[in-house]
Amino acid sequence: MMKVNSEEKHSDPFKVERLEWERQQRKERYKKVLTICSPVFLLLLWEFLSRTGLIDARFFPPPSDIVGTLVAMGMSGELFQHIGVSLYRIFAGFLFGVIPGIVVGLLMGLYSPIRHFISPIVMALMPIPTLALLPLIIIVFGIGDASKIVTIAGSVFFPVVINTAAGVMNIDGIYLDVAKNYGASPKDHFFKIALPGALPVMMEGVQMGQAIALLTIVAAEMMGAASGIGYLIWTSYKAFMIQEMFVGLIMISFFGYLFSVLLRILQSKLIPWR
Amino acid sequence: MSGKPKIQIENLTKVFYKKDSRVVALDRVSLSVSDGEFICLVGPSGCGKTTLLRILAGLETPSAGSYTISRGKQERPLQSMVFQEQGVIPWLTVRENVAFGLKMRKLPKKVVNERTAYYLEKTGLSPYASLYPKELSGGMKQRVSIARAFANDPEILLMDEPFAALDEQNKFILQEELLAIWSETKKTVLFITHSIDEALLLADRILLMSAQPGQFVKEIKVSLPRPRTMEQVRADPEMAKQFVDIRKHLQEEVQRSRK
Repeated sequence: MMKVNSEEKHSDPFKVERLEWERQQRKERYKKVLTICSPVFLLLLWEFLSRTGLIDARFFPPPSDIVGTLVAMGMSGELFQHIGVSLYRIFAGFLFGVIPGIVVGLLMGLYSPIRHFISPIVMALMPIPTLALLPLIIIVFGIGDASKIVTIAGSVFFPVVINTAAGVMNIDGIYLDVAKNYGASPKDHFFKIALPGALPVMMEGVQMGQAIALLTIVAAEMMGAASGIGYLIWTSYKAFMIQEMFVGLIMISFFGYLFSVLLRILQSKLIPWR
Repeated sequence: MSGKPKIQIENLTKVFYKKDSRVVALDRVSLSVSDGEFICLVGPSGCGKTTLLRILAGLETPSAGSYTISRGKQERPLQSMVFQEQGVIPWLTVRENVAFGLKMRKLPKKVVNERTAYYLEKTGLSPYASLYPKELSGGMKQRVSIARAFANDPEILLMDEPFAALDEQNKFILQEELLAIWSETKKTVLFITHSIDEALLLADRILLMSAQPGQFVKEIKVSLPRPRTMEQVRADPEMAKQFVDIRKHLQEEVQRSRK
């Protein structure tokens, strides 16, 4: 009898594990709630402090008012015009930075004479913020889209070129041996080994470039532009239209998040073998 | 068949030259391998066996001496190598990995697909053909490597400790699978191993090497009739004697190279 009892006590291992599993699930849900909580909490706090006058509502207008301004600016079409201009500059600048960055990076990684020839130039130019060159760029390319695109391209180029070259050089030597042993042509070597092998590290560079592109566009548009999100932020500030300024800031935050999500998706599509 | 040797190596020497060291990895090594022979190279680490294989694989150039691999059919590649476990390319699927050599040689699509499918089937990889290597176990990865080399249909196969990273049980299985495919194709094989058991099971001839300078010091003909199994190798008294012989010899070599 005793034996039967003790067996009954531990009778259902599945049940034990199911309870454990449910506990884990609850824990996961709890973590998700925490993630959502913090921004909501911050916004509520801000709203409260601003409404009660504990912080100066002229500089920190309540979030609900900012949302109202956002909607109004959206309705009038003004907002979309600025967004459109900035997005065009970001995309064009991004492509003009990323594509040469990848090509030059691959060449540097694959061929050591090219690497030795180009790397001093890259190393010398990299520490100079493209924004510091903006006055020069404006002199050469004018105050329109071209100067912004060049500025962004210049900022994006460096992290991409360096990561791509590093990506190629970090490819495990055994894959190069395999390619050689099985008679890969230079073209196959490039497309079947170097490019896919460098892709993970290269995409990290592209991610970095994306973040830099956003930083650059705002600053570039603040310094010399007649439209765009940076221009919106700067002129709103100067005209003391703080709510409009916050709308500009929210847009930057939103697009920063959106781009990094899009790039993550692209990354998992391009690198399914990781 | 018995006339011309498949592989003829003459006085092959390889020196690795660095600022303050000169290592003689191979010292006037000569070897003649006939068509369809299975050769195992056994020796202590750093005895130059991998160097020899890499020279034959076209991955290193000899410092002196020469080698020839005689060509049977015109369109065949001279050699293909089965690398250690990491030799499977991670960004290609199992099928693409097996087809790699054929694609590099720009064979017609039909031929590529047929041969790839054949060796996928032979190695039991068909169900995993569209997976990436990260999803495979070590044994499965090595099957990919072996299938890739056999699908390429080279004159000779070079294998650099292909089973070294596998666990005992998987090793036995893959060794027998390898023997099965080999006996069907009758390729000439040069196989490096640390395992004496493995050498006795696989080889027609075992070549023992010494380290620094790397030379062949002993040759052992394995007379056990094929098809062989590991049980037979372990049960045969003649094999047991050879095992002890080789082991003694390797121990001496290791001791000597320590001094």
